[in-house]
Amino acid sequence: MSNTKRFTISGIIVVILLLIPVVVSRTDLMTWLTFTLLYIALSQSWNLIGGYAGQQNLGHAAFFGIGALLVRTLWLYGTPLPLALVAGALAAMIFALIIGFPAFRLKGVYFIIGTLVLAEILKIIFDTILPHASVLPSKLLNDYSLTPRYYLSLVIALLAVGLVYGISRSKLGLGLMSIREDEDAAEAAGVDTLKYKLTAFLISTGLAGLAGGVYAYFAAAVLPGHMFAAEWTFDAVIIVFVGGVGTIIGPIIGSIFFVLLQQLLNLFLPAGTHVLVFGILFIFVVLYLPGGLVGLIHKLKKNAS
Amino acid sequence: MIALVAQTFVNGINVGALYGLAAVGLSLTFGVMKILNIGHGEFLMVGGYVAFWMLRLAGIDPFIGLPIVAVVLFLFGAVSYKLFFSTLSGFHEEQKIKNSLLIGFGLFLVFPQIARLLWTGDERAITPFYSGGSFPILGIRFGYVPLAGVLVAVIVILALHLFLKKTYFGKSVRGTSENWKAAKLMGINVNRTYMITFGIGTAIAGVAGILVGLTQSLSPGVGMEWTLKALIVVVLAGIGSVGGAFFAGLILGVLEAVGAIFMGPYAVALGLVIFLVILMFRPQGLFGKA
Repeated sequence: MSNTKRFTISGIIVVILLLIPVVVSRTDLMTWLTFTLLYIALSQSWNLIGGYAGQQNLGHAAFFGIGALLVRTLWLYGTPLPLALVAGALAAMIFALIIGFPAFRLKGVYFIIGTLVLAEILKIIFDTILPHASVLPSKLLNDYSLTPRYYLSLVIALLAVGLVYGISRSKLGLGLMSIREDEDAAEAAGVDTLKYKLTAFLISTGLAGLAGGVYAYFAAAVLPGHMFAAEWTFDAVIIVFVGGVGTIIGPIIGSIFFVLLQQLLNLFLPAGTHVLVFGILFIFVVLYLPGGLVGLIHKLKKNAS
Repeated sequence: MIALVAQTFVNGINVGALYGLAAVGLSLTFGVMKILNIGHGEFLMVGGYVAFWMLRLAGIDPFIGLPIVAVVLFLFGAVSYKLFFSTLSGFHEEQKIKNSLLIGFGLFLVFPQIARLLWTGDERAITPFYSGGSFPILGIRFGYVPLAGVLVAVIVILALHLFLKKTYFGKSVRGTSENWKAAKLMGINVNRTYMITFGIGTAIAGVAGILVGLTQSLSPGVGMEWTLKALIVVVLAGIGSVGGAFFAGLILGVLEAVGAIFMGPYAVALGLVIFLVILMFRPQGLFGKA
């Protein structure tokens, strides 16, 4: 596909997405769409560090949670939402900076389990300090409308996709991919691996913080501990892998598929069945289809031509 | 005061033996075949449920049914290995660990959902008629079930130790863990060794699951919690050290029990913090060699 064609298609999709709230008035549909966009932002942010840089960060929920909690608190105390969102993203990035140096001393698998444990620690702490649900005050609940929430998640999703797309075509992106393929070789070839990994980590966690902020703005009532729940990480990871790890379009397809499956299965089967289906798909992808759905489409196209 | 300290200590050891048992299987599979199975706790959960249903439906005492659970979980583990992990055996070590972790992660997503469909999300406990009973020595209470649990843990770990050190098959397991290519050249069937080792690991997890069901509670989602405990213990002990895993389990159990007095609910995070600190500064573990 040529570049102009690609940009035209993306432009048309964005325009359609912008017009959706004008046409669609069903709240359930709007909720699905908002969630899909939220998942696109979250999974794309994970894709940068886990897919492009190959550092499977299983503690992504920690940054999502920090962003969500701070945005929620600031917003409910009267800070303008955009300001609160920036603060949430910054807080997630600062935390990433603090733990980034020690965390990246851990190589490979130790990084993965280290980050997993870190997020669990935060969840336990916030479950204990803030055991009560945060409910929107009645004044805000009365004015609750999905349209601004939809637009906010659209903006964040576009930001995440755009940013990761830009990075994937830059020197930073190349460096990250070289680290993913062989860290020692990259280091030997003159890539400052720690600096590259940290930069990717900061951008990724900042986006996760923003996604958390969107969720904080969206949720009518939420337990603070739930914002740190490992599910946020796990959903992002399976979406990225099933969609196609290390590609721009993969997390987008994965998110659409994930939310669709979630909603459809929840109509007929007990809640959580979509995790079962996606878990099986995930294992299958890891074992037999490393490119995910995107890889499958490419393969089919190749066979057809 | 002394009684309180002693009681805390005893409680810590009761729990700690369980941690050790939960960790041994993980340590074995990681040490021998470089498979880091995040789904380890799920096998524990399955083992607990098997024992629960044996008691509920057939009236089989969990301690008598222990060998049955071990055999069932051994077969279950061997099949899981064949299905999910055997394709990894040819990979380069670093790649293998990472992929095994992702597959274990997939099992962690799938198993609880299946368990929820089969057995609902209710919390269950294995309660034979003698559960809850205890006897005092010098003012310290010893529960029958926790004490039996410690005994089972010690026996299982000793048996595993002797099996690895004294038998011919144990020798082939150790050989494979040191260098699987050389082992293959010496005529050891590496694939079969891997499958059986994985089965032994899951069988031990299943036995630990019985004890979890007896002393705490079971639910489809309990797997991750125990995987984390097992990971802490494994890292504390040094990867692949079977005896060390048991002692590290005891240490963690006692630390948490003592910590609960001073830190209340945060004591659960204590183990995780220790884990991170060890990972940073002594990755070879307390009992491991650098």
